Amino acid sequence: MSSDNLPGVPQGEAAEQATESVARRGMFGARDTGDTSGYGRLVVRHAPRLATERPYGSYFDEVADALEPVAGDAIERVVVDRDEVTFHIARERLVEVMRHLRDDAALRFELSLGVSGVHYPDETGAELHAVYHLCSITHNRRIRVEVSCPDSDRHIPSTVSVYPTHDWHERETYDFFGIIFDGHPALTRIEMPDDWEGHPQRKDYPLGGIPVEYRGAETPAPDQRRSYA
Amino acid sequence: MSTTTTEGKVYDVAGQDWDELVETVTESAEERLVINMGPQHPSTHGVLRLVLTLDGETVTEARTVIGYLHTGIEKNMEFRTWTQGVTFVTRMDYLAPIFNETAYCLGVEKLLGITDRVPERAQAIRVMMMELNRISSHLVALATYGLELGATTPMIFGFREREMILDLFEYITGLRMNMAYVRPGGVSVDLPAGAVDKIGEFLKVMPKRIKDMRKLLDENPVYTRRTKDVAYLDLTGCMALGVTGPMLRAAGLPWDLRKSQPYCGYETYEFDVPTEKTCDVYGRYLVRMAEMEESLKIVEQALDRLTGPLKGGSVMIDDKKIGWPSQLALGPDGLGNSPDHIAHIMGSSMEALIHHFKLVTEGFRVPAGQVYAAVESPRGELGAHVVSDGGTRPYRVHFRDPSFTNLQAVPATCEGGMIADVISAVASIDPVMGGVDR
Repeated sequence: MSSDNLPGVPQGEAAEQATESVARRGMFGARDTGDTSGYGRLVVRHAPRLATERPYGSYFDEVADALEPVAGDAIERVVVDRDEVTFHIARERLVEVMRHLRDDAALRFELSLGVSGVHYPDETGAELHAVYHLCSITHNRRIRVEVSCPDSDRHIPSTVSVYPTHDWHERETYDFFGIIFDGHPALTRIEMPDDWEGHPQRKDYPLGGIPVEYRGAETPAPDQRRSYA
Repeated sequence: MSTTTTEGKVYDVAGQDWDELVETVTESAEERLVINMGPQHPSTHGVLRLVLTLDGETVTEARTVIGYLHTGIEKNMEFRTWTQGVTFVTRMDYLAPIFNETAYCLGVEKLLGITDRVPERAQAIRVMMMELNRISSHLVALATYGLELGATTPMIFGFREREMILDLFEYITGLRMNMAYVRPGGVSVDLPAGAVDKIGEFLKVMPKRIKDMRKLLDENPVYTRRTKDVAYLDLTGCMALGVTGPMLRAAGLPWDLRKSQPYCGYETYEFDVPTEKTCDVYGRYLVRMAEMEESLKIVEQALDRLTGPLKGGSVMIDDKKIGWPSQLALGPDGLGNSPDHIAHIMGSSMEALIHHFKLVTEGFRVPAGQVYAAVESPRGELGAHVVSDGGTRPYRVHFRDPSFTNLQAVPATCEGGMIADVISAVASIDPVMGGVDR
């Protein structure tokens, strides 16, 4: 076998990715039996954690300039990807940073488009993310603010005091991900029934497989209603 | 029927017992009355529940309860391919399916980095379909406005006109609602023969129909008294509550994403952004009316391009790794198929068959990352936060639905007003519960 038949040593971005944790092995998810597809040794790794250095391009530098004097130490990293900028903020400083983003004349992000949760079970210590989409009508700009918290300590300060529109959005994110927004006026479930157990949008929550309860009667989950064996 | 609980007396209405109920309520010394409006009240636009605390006929507290139509669409999407996601999102805000699809597809296209490669003809078709959809959605809003305030003719008119648009949708896509017509990379099928003529006829009829509706409502004394100075929400309130769309424009701010942050080539169309300064229900009505007239202008311009410079162009991206075969032909059974494509994969090319199978069953991969794509839906900013982990299925899709956010304005607009005004306040928000609960 000549050397050019062997897999090369990854370089550049691929080398960076080769150090990330494994997302998937094999092709078809077969774990119990031998995978005869020929893809058994395939290893797919998670995408590398991005962090962009200056200059960011577009108006992103101006936003960062206005933000840094006040919240420079609160910014964990900045990601510029696909013409959008994301500021990762330390959760302890979130409310202060949000207020500054709203009130500073150079920033003026008056309109928040709400909170969206994302669950990354593989990011140890930062499994749960809350993503805030902000829009400045004054400057016609958009940015994204991202905050993370570990699954073992699911607390993020509430930003309802800064953006009242976050009321329902934080309730929704709590409902679906179990992130507790400290200081929210009434953090209760909003989409799921009040007595629901679990947080459905988390990656460890199955699709289906939940028995249906209605007026005291319980119907088994769809996959357990009939046995075809 | 009444029972006494720790919170006080609870009255039940079981039907045909109004006299009994009135009698017991009159006897009661209690001034404060808490009533449940919905979730099955005809004027709450689907399964919206309002818990109203009344002092006489004045609402002192209005609480909104949602979640009755939650179907887990966002969760379901994580278990289907990127293309199949369109079939789910179209069912969210079911009065504006094309907008859901477009917001989602713009997000996926941004993730794939193919925004500039989507054919112009596809973009023009998207614009045309979106504007037709805006008219049909506003027609429902206005029809229900009228109906809920006791005017049945606007309702009949609104639904009759909407039917014309749904017929167009059926002719073009095969379905009246939930079309899954917009796909990542373009649209699923080109306009069928005769569609241009049908839209042309619609454009001829519609301006007069809008005028008829205006004649019924614009100066109608009953209607104006029920809507003017009702459910006041000014610009500060809108900003704080994240309210967008006609409600924001009725507060005087000409904020429309089609103008301020254009997508799908909206910057090349000529139209105005109607605004009002009254901040009330009547202002929102006028904005919606004027928006329908503006939408007609855009449809006309889009149609001119589709029959002129963009005639015969492709409607799906020229990338075989992403685009499904888009040159479908509607068969006699009403189902779309592409005879040429089938002959190719079944008769002449094994590789094409394998590729087709992989693309349709496994789907395409989308590079890891996250984007936020927003469109101006009939109800405000409809945003899609789309996250990919590099796989063939969405890692997470979140829809920022304008109905969901705007409904938060119910306490701000209703408390302190009369209970009868709650109806027009909710109608002016125009919430669609499919979008609220997803």
